[in-house]
Amino acid sequence: MRRLTTTLETTLGRFGGVNLLPVAVALVAFVLIGAPSSWLTLTVAGLAMGMMLFLMASGLSLVFGLMDVLNFGHSAFVSFGAFVSATVLAGMGAWLTADSWVLNSLALAASYLAAICFGLVAGWFFETVIIKPVYRDHLRQILITIGAMIVAEQAILAFWGGTPFSVARPHFLEGSWIIGDVSIEIYRAFAFTLGAAVFVMLFFVLNRTRIGLLIRAGVEDREMVEALGFRVDRLFIGVFMLGSALAALGGAMWAGYETLITPHMGAELMIVVFIVVIIGGLGSIEGTLLGAIMVGLMSNYIGFLAPKLALASNMILMVAILLWRPNGLRPAVK
Amino acid sequence: MSLLSLRQMKTDIGQYSVLHDVTFDVPEGGVFVLLGRNGAGKTTTLRSIMGLWQPSPGSVLFRGEDITALHTAQIARKGIAYVPENMGIFGTLTVDENLVLATANGRFDPARLKRIHALFPALEKFRDKQAWSLSGGQKQMLSVARAIIEPRDLILIDEPTKGLAPSIVAAMGEAFREISADTTILLVEQNYNFARSLGRDMAVIDDGRVAHTGSMESFAADKALQDRLLSLSV
Ligand SMILES: Nc1ncnc2c1ncn2[C@@H]1O[C@H](COP(=O)(O)OP(=O)(O)OP(=O)(O)O)[C@@H](O)[C@H]1O
Ligand SMILES: [Mg+2]
Repeated sequence: MRRLTTTLETTLGRFGGVNLLPVAVALVAFVLIGAPSSWLTLTVAGLAMGMMLFLMASGLSLVFGLMDVLNFGHSAFVSFGAFVSATVLAGMGAWLTADSWVLNSLALAASYLAAICFGLVAGWFFETVIIKPVYRDHLRQILITIGAMIVAEQAILAFWGGTPFSVARPHFLEGSWIIGDVSIEIYRAFAFTLGAAVFVMLFFVLNRTRIGLLIRAGVEDREMVEALGFRVDRLFIGVFMLGSALAALGGAMWAGYETLITPHMGAELMIVVFIVVIIGGLGSIEGTLLGAIMVGLMSNYIGFLAPKLALASNMILMVAILLWRPNGLRPAVK
Repeated sequence: MSLLSLRQMKTDIGQYSVLHDVTFDVPEGGVFVLLGRNGAGKTTTLRSIMGLWQPSPGSVLFRGEDITALHTAQIARKGIAYVPENMGIFGTLTVDENLVLATANGRFDPARLKRIHALFPALEKFRDKQAWSLSGGQKQMLSVARAIIEPRDLILIDEPTKGLAPSIVAAMGEAFREISADTTILLVEQNYNFARSLGRDMAVIDDGRVAHTGSMESFAADKALQDRLLSLSV
């Protein structure tokens, strides 16, 4: 077993390290699935799902990394983002169905913007009222954030009702591209592209700006950043708001992907989101992206190859990765 | 007036009372050495000065101003830098990024950077290397460099020679001598010879209390006192 893992380690290291893990998974899946067209469809679906999971998980990972805060209520932002954007879309029905991609995208942008703004404000409120009093106390964090999640779910139930809410999709994102015998859902390609763009932006901010350096440094050693003269608690509010906004955006995109949403969607996604953060390595967005892509791909491949295993596949993936790398694939601290 | 005065500092960590009564004065200029056995409370004293633990009762006066209740970041902004025992290096950041974070406005003062590179050439050679990959000695240099990248009045340094090869210890000593020409250093050390070669004034802390204060010279001359407070001969 040791020999096997070290061989795996060195081989991976030679070709770009753990970043290549999704490629390896995709190759194995290609062989197992056999049919290239199904494989391509599943891969695109997996990448799209991965990108949306990344948006939902990145904030959680940074929030834990920076302040050691366990927020089980994070999924509330996902649900609210979904419902807020779906409501905006429902209100803009005319623009949405118009045969003009400009109006279509304006409606979509407005719905995403609404979700993001909601995430920022709700994130600020959540941090100030719920998280701040329980810094440094994990047990209370778990209790109060789970409590907040239940309250949020009930609030959605009260406001939007219990029947599944159907989400309108802009006209230009409907349908699929057919290339030969391969069909690619346009919405999936779109979700992947948007998620990738957000990742690139986040990556740039974290690696090329002073605020970003402070965040990364704070994830590694909060006290030292304070001893250099910076208020990490103030930085943290900003990171929390950003993370909530990204989760809300992820929820909004997920809503369009599923087209039918219920108040429980956040709670259902939460477990997957936690798995993503844990296998990626806490506090690093590269790790979170890697974890999200792995979960997205595996869910789709296993859902196709062995539907009976689909529910357990994420758990199995997490256990396997943690046995190999107990701190996740790319932890923030070396 | 002394640069830093600690007054009857009592610090609890959780339910443990670690410092019972720490009182001493650090005059401006030179190296002030704080000695003491393992577990005596030296690190806790430095952390209490930095606001990383809250002494109560007791107070920390910096240039006569009470800074006890200030936030760590505010204390740092008063001109106090901290080089912790674990060095506090940001491993995923490069050497230069570690340094630039410690500047006030995100830009290097070329003269100071040059001086740092003269003191610690490795930091210039490896400036774009991720800091986790540095050797222990280089990390220690980076941690000290971070403390002097901006002008400071006081630097708290916790056991900088721990685990370093003799040649690097000597280089570190040279650096401290040069730094202390314009910046006061409060140095915690286990390496008694190193401390003696640098220190002007000193204090010994034992079981959370100051057991002795005075000049380094007179302490160095008093073998019996050294034995009693540090058990150096054991
Ligand atoms: N985080 C903590 N929680 C509980 N007790 C602590 C903590 N940190 C230090 N102590 C206790 O406080 C006492 C003083 O510790 P401190 O680290 O200040 O000693 P020190 O003089 O720096 O020792 P050393 O030379 O070994 O570094 C020790 O008994 C230690 O066990
Ligand atoms: Mg110590």
